[in-house]
Formats: sequence, C-alpha cells, structure tokens
Amino acid sequence: MGLQALIYLFVGLSFALYIGIAIWARAGSTKEFYIAGGGVHPVLNGMATGADWMSAASFISLAGIISMQGNDGGAYLMGWTGGYVLLALLLAPYLRKFGKFTVPDFVGDRYYSDVARVVAVICVIFISFTYVAGQMRGVGIVFSRFMQVDINTGVIIGMAIVFVYAVLGGMKGITYTQVAQYCVMIFAFTVPAIFLSLQVTDTFLPQVGFGSKVAFHFDDGVRMIDKGTYLLHALDQSVKDLGFKAYTESISGTFNVFMLTAALMLGTAGLPHVIVRFFTTPTVKGARISAGWALLFIAIMYTSIPAVGAFARLNLIKNVQNVDYQAFSKGEAKHLDGTINNGAWFKTWEQSGLLAWNDRNGDGKIQYAAGAAFEGNGKPQFTDKVGAHGERLTANPKPTHTASAEQMRASGKIVNELYVDNDIIVLANPEIAGLPNWVIALIAAGGLAAALSTAAGLLLAIATAVSHDLMGKVFYRDAKTGLSKLSEKAEMRWARLSSVVAIVVAGYLGIYPPGFVAQVVAFAFGLAAASFFPAIIMGIFYKRMNKEGAIAGMLTGLIFTFGYIIYFVFMGGNKADYLFGIAPTGIGTIGMILHFIVAYVVAQMTPPPPKEVQEMVEMIRIPRGAGSASAH
Amino acid sequence: MNQEVAQAYWKENIATIIKLLVIWFVVSFGCGILFRDALNSIEFFGYKLGFWFAQQGAMYIFVILIFVYAKMMEKIEEKYDVHE
Repeated sequence: MGLQALIYLFVGLSFALYIGIAIWARAGSTKEFYIAGGGVHPVLNGMATGADWMSAASFISLAGIISMQGNDGGAYLMGWTGGYVLLALLLAPYLRKFGKFTVPDFVGDRYYSDVARVVAVICVIFISFTYVAGQMRGVGIVFSRFMQVDINTGVIIGMAIVFVYAVLGGMKGITYTQVAQYCVMIFAFTVPAIFLSLQVTDTFLPQVGFGSKVAFHFDDGVRMIDKGTYLLHALDQSVKDLGFKAYTESISGTFNVFMLTAALMLGTAGLPHVIVRFFTTPTVKGARISAGWALLFIAIMYTSIPAVGAFARLNLIKNVQNVDYQAFSKGEAKHLDGTINNGAWFKTWEQSGLLAWNDRNGDGKIQYAAGAAFEGNGKPQFTDKVGAHGERLTANPKPTHTASAEQMRASGKIVNELYVDNDIIVLANPEIAGLPNWVIALIAAGGLAAALSTAAGLLLAIATAVSHDLMGKVFYRDAKTGLSKLSEKAEMRWARLSSVVAIVVAGYLGIYPPGFVAQVVAFAFGLAAASFFPAIIMGIFYKRMNKEGAIAGMLTGLIFTFGYIIYFVFMGGNKADYLFGIAPTGIGTIGMILHFIVAYVVAQMTPPPPKEVQEMVEMIRIPRGAGSASAH
Repeated sequence: MNQEVAQAYWKENIATIIKLLVIWFVVSFGCGILFRDALNSIEFFGYKLGFWFAQQGAMYIFVILIFVYAKMMEKIEEKYDVHE
C-alpha cells in the first residue's frame, strides 16, 4: 500500500474510533458534561490527563527544540513534568474534596466574591484561547504536510471532529476519547523512537540508548567520530567542531533556565484545563494517585523526547555533512560504510519549506555548522526558481559582509548552508532514518491525536467557565438563595452553545492565526502561574486569607505579568531593560511572588473571612466525607 | 471529628508535603540547574550527572515522589481515622 493510502487509513481509523467513543459516552447531565460524572478510574483519568496535557507542541516541536538547544531544553522537560508534583501535593486532593466543578467555582466560593469569580473566569478564557489557537493550527499543519490537504480545510475537519465529541460528550466524551488518543499518541511517538535508538546505538529503549555508544563511524566535517564513542560525547564533540556550544553545556545561563523552569512548573500547576481533571476522580485518594498515573504516562513520552532529540541531531550531521546535493536528493549518495544515504526526504521537506539549502561556497555540497545560512532574518524566503543543483532558490538579500565563495572554499572553514526548522526533527525523523511507510502514517495520526485531545480539553474549560460560572453563578443567580436559577437542561444548553462558539472562535484563530501564536504561549503559562496558583494555594493552606487579599493579589500578579509580556514582546521593549535580566517567558515566577506578597499584606490589614468560609477550609483539608461532586 | 485530631492530622500532612517538596526542589532546581556544573564533573555512560538530572533523572524521581506521597498519606489518614 502506498504512503498516502496508509496515512488516510491510519488517520481515518483513529477518527472513526474517536467518534465511536463519543457516541458511546454521551453526557446526559451537567455532572457528566463538566466532570464526567466524577467516576473515572484513576488510571484512565491519568491517561486522559496525559493526552490532555501533551499538545501538538509536545508531540511535534519539543524534541526539535531540545535537539537544537541541548542542555537548556531541560527547562521544558523539568518544567512540564515537575508541575505535576505541585499539583498532586498541593492542589489536587483538596480541590477534589471541595467537590465542585471548576476553578472559578473554588475561587468564587473560597473568596466569597463575584469579583473574584469573574476575574477567574476571564483568566480561564484568556489562558485557554491563547493555547487552543496553537492546537487548531497544529491540526491544520499536520493535515497539510501529510495529507496534501489545504491548511484551512484541515482546520475545518479538525473543528468538525472536536465538535462531535466535545459538544455531544462533554467531559465524559472527552475523557474516554483522550484515553484512546493517549494510546495512539504514545505508540506513534515510541515506535519511531525505538527504531532510531536501534539504528544509532543498537539499544532498544531510547532512554537507555541516550547513554549508550554510537553504532557507526561518521565524519562531522572536521574530524572522524569513531564507532563506540558514547552518544553524548560524540554529540558534544561534533557540535563543538561545527562552532556550536557543546550539547551538554548551558547556552542561556543558569539564572534564566531557573526562572523559565519555575514559570513552566507553576504555570502547569495553575492551568485550569489540567486542574479540572482532578475533579473527575471518585475519591480524594483517587485524585492523588491519578496525578501519579498522569505523570507516569507523560514521563514515558517526556523521557524519550530528549533521546530522540539527541539521536536526530547526530543523524542530521551524519547524513547531510559534506554530501553532494544532487547525488543525495537522487538517492545515489553513500554513507562511509557503503550503504545508500537516500536524501529523498530532504527534497520533500524542502518543498514544504521546513528545510532549505544555500550553496554559499558554491561546491555543490551541503555544509552544516553554526550561524545563519540565509541573510536577512535567517529564514528562507522561497521563490519559484530552481538552482543549478535542483535546490529551491530564495529571495533573501545577497550577503554584503561575508567572504566570497572562493574565499570560503580556500579557508577550509565550514560555513553553514542549511536552514532547519525545529519541527523537522519529529516530522521527518522516520524518513531520515529510512523507516517503513506505516511508521510515517503513524506519526500523522499521533500528531493529530496530540492536537485534538488538547484542543478538546481547552474548549471544554472555556465552555464550562461560560455556562457554569458566568451564566449559572453570576447572571442567573437567585439573589436570595445564592443558587443558580438555571435548570439542569438550560445550563446544558448554555454549555453546548458556548462550546460551539468556542470551537468556531478557535477555528477562526487557526485559519487566521494572529502573527504571534508562538509568543502567546508565554502568556498562558505566565498568567496561570501569577493568577491561579497562588490564589488556590492560599485558599487551602492559609485560612486567614480573605477576599480583599485574594483579589488584590490576583490583580497584581495578572497586571504585572501581562504588562511585562506586552511591553517586551509586543511593544518592542529593549532586552537591556529586562528586570534582573529575566526573559518574558520566565516572568510568571516574579508575578507569582508579587501575588503572594501583596495578598498577604492586604489580608493583614482587612477583616478575616467569615466563619462559614473558615469552616469550609477545614472541611477541604480532611479527606473523609468527600462523596461525589455536586452542583449546588 | 474532634478538633485536636484534625489539627494533628494537618500538621503531619504538612510535614510530609515539605519533606517531599525538598526532594522535588533538590533533584530539579538543585541538581539539574544550580549545581549542574559541579555535578557535570561526575560522569557515567557518557552522561554528565547534572545533564542527566535535567533531562532524565528529575522526571523519574518526580513520578516516584507522587506515588510515595499517595502511599504515605494513606497511612497517615488511617492513623488519624480521617480516610474516606
């Protein structure tokens, strides 16, 4: 069967599976819609949380980022897993005992204030939308690269699928679909990782291969790296030879790595679509253990990601360094051991714009080293023209300051001629490694599973914030009893209506992405760290915290973080003015500290919370009597 | 339930959390970031130790920490008879 047919088969089968599950797990009540009835087994809930958490970015981009950054990529690995320890120890069991449906529910009730509730709702909506835009784009990209469908058509197909199972099934449909999506995703990531590990190091498990010896000789362009060298030694040596910093050395410095890791961890523990997963377990004990399962399932992928990154960087150097472009792209080039080094993949991904070659020294061979291969902003601006060797030509400005082609050749120094997009590391890996077609088809299905599962979780968080918190608890609240005047059916209608609106908005953002999708991810984490994390922690561990302190703290954290990111990312603030040299991606950590300080000081100056709220805090702390979650 | 038991339970709970969070901090921010350079002088299987903590070790320990926490809390809750 051809590659295209296989891709359609795999993706089609996975979609049929998701829709089948959605029909089987329809939500009949608000409780099922919001928290899957509160009866999801901890292991299944852990799996669903893993799928919810691991997005298109984790699946497609993370290995590439780490491959290019080496040591500093550890910030993402530790940040995106370490947050679960905070969740399990500091949030999950207590929020489960609290026994309502959403994060704004907790903030509003614990701080006995609609202002706090509405601030929380706005945060949920903002954080979730910034995130979901990237997911829908991810769906479109996978469709367009693997299935030759237009990106916009891809986004619309993705919207339709999510529509079916999120609107029909609510949290119940999403949870069971995510369990299936986790399986698809982990299989799709692990199979190529194992193949690669076997090829590069003769070791089965990528996690072990990471610390094993390289199974072949290769020429990094400066020296020969011997077979039997430890993988990380080989990598350190060859990237240093090519003018990069050693793979295991820090590039951006200890302090910035520290701040970024902290912001990612605290942000993870404050993201509403993740927190809400722990409302769905049957018991407090279940919530704790479920966080453990979730992290275990996440770690299976996250511990192989850095290994894949390292294998891929080594493979890239081995395959492209000093290879003749024409012979390579026709599949006539050879490795040192005489086997064919087929560069058909290079052509494919050059077509999609993720790779580009600029024959700066005019020798017809590809050279890879540190530095930009293209003038201007470093990214290739492709034209329709084809160069002397069959490569795609670009419209980038001619270099003005660099040496001529003759001088470059005469100097004997390697000058970088290659543009590599980070995403290529996962997307093209199976082809680079010469793996069978069904593995490539698997990557397409896995990428879609990663993007769809995260999108669905986020959309539900948005819909719930609108229908349950805003409509039920603010607009349609009975002034006397404090309860929602909406009937169960009416609230479900609002929930379904708001998920439809949310999907349409998310699809719009996927089709017309705001030019800054990549930067706004910093927003989501920074805001979650600076707004929800401290407010919830103090709500549980500091009984004296009152509404004045909480509102002042949330607003301080929000405004500070928001302002800092806006100023430095969107208004062209100068890097030299960074507060203590902290990049905007790590500023959430400072926002969180300010939040804690302001909240504490204000709470000291204002009256303590009412008695029933203090009793509620005591109730949350003791597991007994958790029962099942209830609406009112 | 009486107030003293609830307070004693809560105290032990907090002590457990602090113990585990110290380990959490040491393996990630400590070994993986702050003391990375010092640890990198130790090497096994081509891994520099600091690098290993940042890209592998910290994650394994995180998983173990959560399961250990769940187990410890189960025991504490039975001891104070506050389990579900």
